[in-house]
Order: sequence, then C-alpha cells, then structure tokens
Amino acid sequence: MTGKKPKSLLYLDGVSVSFDGFKALNSLSFIVEPGELRAIIGPNGAGKTTMMDIITGKTRPDAGEVFFKGDIDLTKKDEAEIAQLGIGRKFQKPTVFENHTVWDNLELALNRRRGVFATLFYRITGEDKARIEEILSIVRLAARRDDLAANLSHGQKQWLEIGMLLAQEPELLLVDEPVAGMTDAETAETAILLKEIARTRSVVVVEHDMGFIRDLGVKVTCLAEGSVLAEGSIDFVSNDPKVIENYLGR
Amino acid sequence: MITSFLVKSLDRTILIAAALLLALAVLVPALNLLTAPDHPLHVPTYLVSLFGKYLTYALLALALDLVWGFCGILSLGHAAFFALGGYAMGMYLMRQIGARGSYGNPLLPDFMVFLNWKELPWFWYGFDMFWFAALMVVVVPGLIAFVFGWFAFRSRVNGVYLSIITQAMTYALLLAFFRNDMGFGGNNGLTDFKDILGFNIQADGTRAALFAASALALALSLVVTSGIVRSKFGKVLVALRDAESRTRFLGYRVEHMKLFAFTVSAMMAGVAGALYVPQVGIINPGEFEPGNSIEVVIWTAVGGRGTLIGPIIGAILVNGGKSIFTAAFPEFWLFALGGLFVLVTLFLPKGVVGTAQQYLARRKAHRAAERQDGESDKEQGATAPEAMAAE
Repeated sequence: MTGKKPKSLLYLDGVSVSFDGFKALNSLSFIVEPGELRAIIGPNGAGKTTMMDIITGKTRPDAGEVFFKGDIDLTKKDEAEIAQLGIGRKFQKPTVFENHTVWDNLELALNRRRGVFATLFYRITGEDKARIEEILSIVRLAARRDDLAANLSHGQKQWLEIGMLLAQEPELLLVDEPVAGMTDAETAETAILLKEIARTRSVVVVEHDMGFIRDLGVKVTCLAEGSVLAEGSIDFVSNDPKVIENYLGR
Repeated sequence: MITSFLVKSLDRTILIAAALLLALAVLVPALNLLTAPDHPLHVPTYLVSLFGKYLTYALLALALDLVWGFCGILSLGHAAFFALGGYAMGMYLMRQIGARGSYGNPLLPDFMVFLNWKELPWFWYGFDMFWFAALMVVVVPGLIAFVFGWFAFRSRVNGVYLSIITQAMTYALLLAFFRNDMGFGGNNGLTDFKDILGFNIQADGTRAALFAASALALALSLVVTSGIVRSKFGKVLVALRDAESRTRFLGYRVEHMKLFAFTVSAMMAGVAGALYVPQVGIINPGEFEPGNSIEVVIWTAVGGRGTLIGPIIGAILVNGGKSIFTAAFPEFWLFALGGLFVLVTLFLPKGVVGTAQQYLARRKAHRAAERQDGESDKEQGATAPEAMAAE
C-alpha cells in the first residue's frame, strides 16, 4: 500500500459501497488539494453523506482506496483516530452538546490530549482560554458563552458547531449542508465564515443551496448515483447537460 | 494534580453532604455507645445496623448514578458487583470462624466439610488475610466489569440491548453461585460469621464501627465521584451520553471513557457490598437476583439521576419506606414499589433532588431578572447594550 500517491490532501480512488444491494457509491474517485475549498452538489441519494461517512471512518468501503496526506490509509482507522489525524466533520443536523455551555462545548472540542487520564486531570491553561475566546469571537457567540447550547437558536447552533470544528484544528473540514434552515442573512454570514476558515485549511462543503455555492465561488463537484458526474466552476457545472438532466432540471 | 482534582470536586452541596456524612459517622456511634439505653437520645443497635445497611445501599445507588446519570449506561446488573464485593468479604469472614464452626474443622468452612471436600479450593487461598480480601472486594467486581465492558462497549452495544445483557450477566452469576460445586456455599451462601479483624461481629462497638465505616466510604466516594463528573472527563461523559457519535468525531475514544466509568462504578458497588455483608450477617446468591438491580435503578430515579446527592437520598427514602411498609403490609410492597417507579417517571422525571434543584435555579434566575429590571429602571438603559448583544 505504499504506491506513490500524488501530494493531495485527500485521495479517493474507485470507492464503492453498497447497502443491501443498493450501490450508494459506485467507483467514486475524488481529490482534494491542500488549502482547497470545494463544494459538492447532487440529488438526494447521490452518495454525498455516504462519502463523508467513508472519509471519517463511520462506514467501511467494499472496494477502493482512501488516503489522507498521501499515505495514511483511512479505511483502516476508526472515527476517533481519524478525528485525531485532523479531519473534522459537521453534520447535516446541528449536533452540539445541549447540556453543556457554549464555553464547555468549545473546551471539549479543543485539540488537546483526549485520553481518560489526560481529561480526568485536565486543567485549563491561559493558552486554551485565549484560544476559546478567539473562537467565540470568530463564530460571534462571545455574549452567549455561559448559556447552555440547548438555548441557542438554530443558526447559532450551526455556528457553535463550526466553532467546535475550528477548535479541533483540522487540516480537512467536511461540512454537510451548513445553511439548511438558516435565514438569508445567516446564510451570507456563513459563506463569509467558511471562506475565512478555508484560508488556513481545506474545506469540503455539501450543499443544496445553489445561491450559497455561487457566493462561495469555488470549484464544484456534482455527484449522481454514487459517482462524479461533472467537476469545474459553478457555471461550467450548471451548464453541463448531464447535470441539468440529473439534478438541476428536476 | 490530585489536589486540584479534589478541590474542583468540592462544590457547596457536595461539601455539605460529605460533612453531614462525616458528622453522622461520629454522632451515631457516640449516641449508641455513650448513652444509657433509657436516655432519650440513645440510638439502639438494631437501628445503627439498619441505617448502616441503608448507607451501603446509598453507595450502590451512587455508583449506578455515575454510569446511568452521567454516562447513559442503564446497568440492570449493578447488584451483581455489590454481591461480588459481598462474597469477597464473606469469604474473609468465613475463614475467621476457624475451628469454631459446627464441624470444628480449622481450615474448611462448614459447607465444605458437609460436601465432603478434603481441601480448600485454590480461589479461597489468601482470604484469611484481611488486606487480601479487601483488595479482592474492588479487584473482582472491577475485573468483571472491565472484561464485560470491554466487549460490550467495543462492539458498540448501547441502550436497551446493553441493559438486557447486564440483566443476563447478573442472572448468569445467580445461577452459577447457586451451584454447590462453585465452592461458595450454594444457595445457603456464607453466614454464621463470628468476628471481623478480631472483633466480635455481634458486639455493639463493632456494629457502630461498621456504621462509621459505611458513612466514611460513602462520603469519600461522593467526593471522588464528584471530582470525576466535574473534571473534563466528566464533561466528556455527559457529551457522549447526549451525542455519542459527535463525541467520537471530536476524537474521543468513547469506549475507553465508558469502560473507565463502568469499572470505577463496579468497584464502588463492590465496596458497598463488602460493608453490607458484615452488617446483615449473610451473603447468598439471592443478592444476584435481577430484581435487586432493578430496585437500585428505582432508588436512583426517585432521588434524581445525574445529581449524585439524589441517589443517596433516594436509596435511604425508598429503603426506609420498604422497612416500614413490609412490616405493615408485606404482600403489597412490590406493588407500591412498581407504583412509585411509574409515578416518579410520569410526574418527577428528574427525581426529588433534580426537581428541587430545578425549582431553586428557576427562582434564582427570576430574582436576578427582577433585580436587573429594577436597576435598569433607575439607571435608564445602563444594561441595554448588553441585552441587545444577547439577542
């Protein structure tokens, strides 16, 4: 498994997986470069979420290769290991720890040692405090630091989750439908936030909202039936006849 | 490192509860031993033993709260760890009998002589020494919990499935301990204890000391448990209880976290069992009865899970009720217990302590809001920018 891979951050080749005979991914190949912000579109059931499950170790592929940073084989690792390697994931539905305060949510997400005894005897340092303060201001939640996450609005929960991902300091961030259920103003803010984040790391965004993707102004990959249908700029992809037939036209 | 861990554990309620337990550990034995039987404040020995027993139940409920309240593992087999700790202590007490048994055999306990055994089984070695037995009180339940948890949590067995296999575990142990061949006294269990650490187990002084030891163990466990749940590790426990896969994607090894909590909890249950046995004078396989573990869940639910203090209060309340109720209407106790569980689930889902805490927090917030209103009326808009920022 030491074949020379190109220096891409994430490299998927010929990945297939099926559930009860349904081919969720069909020989999918996909590459993300370091520092790239990439958008993924596609109809329901195109395999977008399954692809994220495979990258983050939740699902094992039936066939194909998944490599991170050139030579780390992700198909042999579980969720916790992959998260520690530096791949963060944001779910479709905002999942924050509702019974913890905003501050504690970020403290838990901080990229520190995560073993039983390391956490048992953890004491917050000035450095960690400063980092949490910094993230609080990036995600615009500084005023709500002591509130339970359960009491945040939907959009604020989404931002808190993005803040938690930042605290994790991942090299690759997978974001599943970040603006679903957001107001227009929140959507525009989120686009700005994601572009800021992508300055220092790679981000893959799955989204249905075409306006939002246009705002991002990045390379777009369209998936359908478990493989790549088209790839390129938003104008190129949205004018592709196959894309129109499979996705946009419907 | 350890001191900071302990300092953090001492929030006010826990501190008060632990101090109260320590006061009881001194006061109750003193009132029992130092006052004449006709003195109005005299505590009779039978009450000392009865409340000593309640304290060990409270410790068992506290142990369950660590895994159920904070980690979401509804263990329906915690009484098994309690019984294992009890058996380890019982074995020590059996060896202390020595040649004073009915058969007068200096080495073999009576039931082994009765079964015609010629020598002591290997797993009884060492139990004549208190330190070894005391070690086994935590090691055996801890080890069984570790092995059980290792397989269960690694295979991601969750929720009701996990509860069912914990029931199966305690039932399997029940059947195993019923067998005479196991070498733990079969269905009669271990009894007829004479002394503990050289003191007559029936003597008032020993009973008082056992009560004090139970109160002390409970106070210590309360402080340690509080330290665990208030640490970052405790926050991870609550996080994985509420959103397990999110916690995994943050890079935490959920199975290790659960395994640690489960093992610590089983050890605490073992200590509770070890203090229980000398106070009631017997340990038999009936302690593995699945129903016993379910009762522990009810105590915890009544007191309020996830509150640490609640399960202690719940265990004492329900068992106090049981002692009174079973004397008055013995055949209706189980109906009362079942009814209590249904009522608490429906009307007090947070338990007695949880509901009280909720009420106090709401009143405090209400008062703070009133105070703020008063101030902003006076200083017109001084708090307005803050209120706007909050929106």
